[in-house]
Amino acid sequence: MIAVSLSRGHVELLQFLRDRTAVVFTFFFPALLLLLFGTIFGSESTDQGVAVSRVFTASMIAYGILNTAFVTMGAGLAMDREDGTLKRLRGTPMPASAYLIGKGLLVLGLSVAEAAVLIGVGVLVFDMPLPDAAHWLTFGWIFLLSVFACSTLGIAVSALVKNARNAGAILNVPVVALQFVSGVFIHPMSQLPDWLEKVASIFPVRWMAQGFRYVFLPDGAQTQEIGGAWNLGTVAMVLGVWCVIGLILCLVTFRWSSRDR
Amino acid sequence: MTAARSSLTWWKQSTIRCMEAIEVTGLRKTYGGRDAVAGIDLVVARGEIFSLLGPNGAGKTTTVEILEGHRRRTAGDVRVLGEDPGRAGSAWRARIGIVLQDADDAADLTVHEMVRHIAGFYPEARKADEVIELVGLSEKRNSKIRTLSGGQRRRVDVALGIVGRPELLFLDEPTTGFDPEARRQFWDLIRTLAADGTTIVLTTHYLDEAEALADRLAVVAEGRIVAEGTPATLGGRAAAEARVSWTENGTARTEQVPDPTDLIRRLLADGVDLTTLTITRPTLEDTYLSLIGATR
Repeated sequence: MIAVSLSRGHVELLQFLRDRTAVVFTFFFPALLLLLFGTIFGSESTDQGVAVSRVFTASMIAYGILNTAFVTMGAGLAMDREDGTLKRLRGTPMPASAYLIGKGLLVLGLSVAEAAVLIGVGVLVFDMPLPDAAHWLTFGWIFLLSVFACSTLGIAVSALVKNARNAGAILNVPVVALQFVSGVFIHPMSQLPDWLEKVASIFPVRWMAQGFRYVFLPDGAQTQEIGGAWNLGTVAMVLGVWCVIGLILCLVTFRWSSRDR
Repeated sequence: MTAARSSLTWWKQSTIRCMEAIEVTGLRKTYGGRDAVAGIDLVVARGEIFSLLGPNGAGKTTTVEILEGHRRRTAGDVRVLGEDPGRAGSAWRARIGIVLQDADDAADLTVHEMVRHIAGFYPEARKADEVIELVGLSEKRNSKIRTLSGGQRRRVDVALGIVGRPELLFLDEPTTGFDPEARRQFWDLIRTLAADGTTIVLTTHYLDEAEALADRLAVVAEGRIVAEGTPATLGGRAAAEARVSWTENGTARTEQVPDPTDLIRRLLADGVDLTTLTITRPTLEDTYLSLIGATR
């Protein structure tokens, strides 16, 4: 079982890396956006004297995870349904869980690499200092909860994709929309109308971005957050709830095929 | 471990002795009130090459996909290797092999990577290189699947279907896109597998393929089996009238007779020149076309 899952993960990674379009346009896209945003707004500082480029770096990690976990998982699954990958595997003794663990390994690996690239850009281009060990620990759990929630939701949403060609477009609608309302592209969130702020707070992206800002920004920057505090307890709770919702949706909606059986 | 393995072997052998590979009674599959499969009964013996023929949309693929465990049935009783494919688990899947018809997956892996990967799922898999050689792809071992021709791509599917040493192999239109030489090689491969005791279920559009390979075949039309038999006897083919043609005094003559013996004897007695004599019976294709035509 472990060997089979690892074998799936290996094959998933090989295929991802050999598809150069995916590597360039999916994987490096958040880093490109960060470079653009950071350069355009980089000379500005927040009221607390934190460079805007640094705020972008922290928040963009949330976008990076959405990209590698939610989009890659959702589009990958839709593609696997369409090109026969799932049909082929269904006809072998391989358990469904090994397939999902294999995808999970790919997503986890990509997400770690994505975060590393974004943090690397932050450190090398925008002089962002790295946090201490305690903050890294917090980073660890926020990162893992985010990756898990986003991947399971990606699996669930892929069930709505009828045609793999449209997968990217469909999956990117919630991703881009949530960036704007969750304090990733537009920060602080208090600029948003009150109702929109409330709607955004239902979804995990706001809490992911807020958590990563806690990790990479000085403590004084918390006055920019809604309620003026990092609220890590709420971050953990909301992400935890989305992990459970994602897992349930994923178990209920997982289908081997796009055709009605 | 050894004891468990030997008792497993014993159990396998005893199931081979006392059970048919496939037993189907009253199989139905309904989509939105329409019967795609409208009551099929079928028995395939162990070690047999059984071919399912029929036009597109006749219910052939639906039937096979139910047998493979890919689709649920609406009604009927189905046993494949002694188990219900709708409920069977991974131990059962390890004993069957499926050659997909239109898969497009793993394009960025090499032939060897993909065969070795799939082999890893089976308890008693063949060696990847051995299977690649069997399907004649040794030269393409390290080529990405994306770069293969259509026929070579299908041979990868065959390799993946047989790498787990299946007792029962499903082939869905396996030679589509093969050149004539590749088809002959493929037929030899299927005969080799059958000689080793593999039961083979083949759906095909090519009647010459069914005739060359199948021990027994059935024609499906509109969700039912309309005829069943050996390639020689299907649809009353053996009993059909022979068509005897010859040239007599410069004019072409043709007669249809149940048994040409008497006619030939008479022609010989009359001293007719038999250089151009032909005796034909309906080809499998003629029989097939009249069978499916009758249901329209």
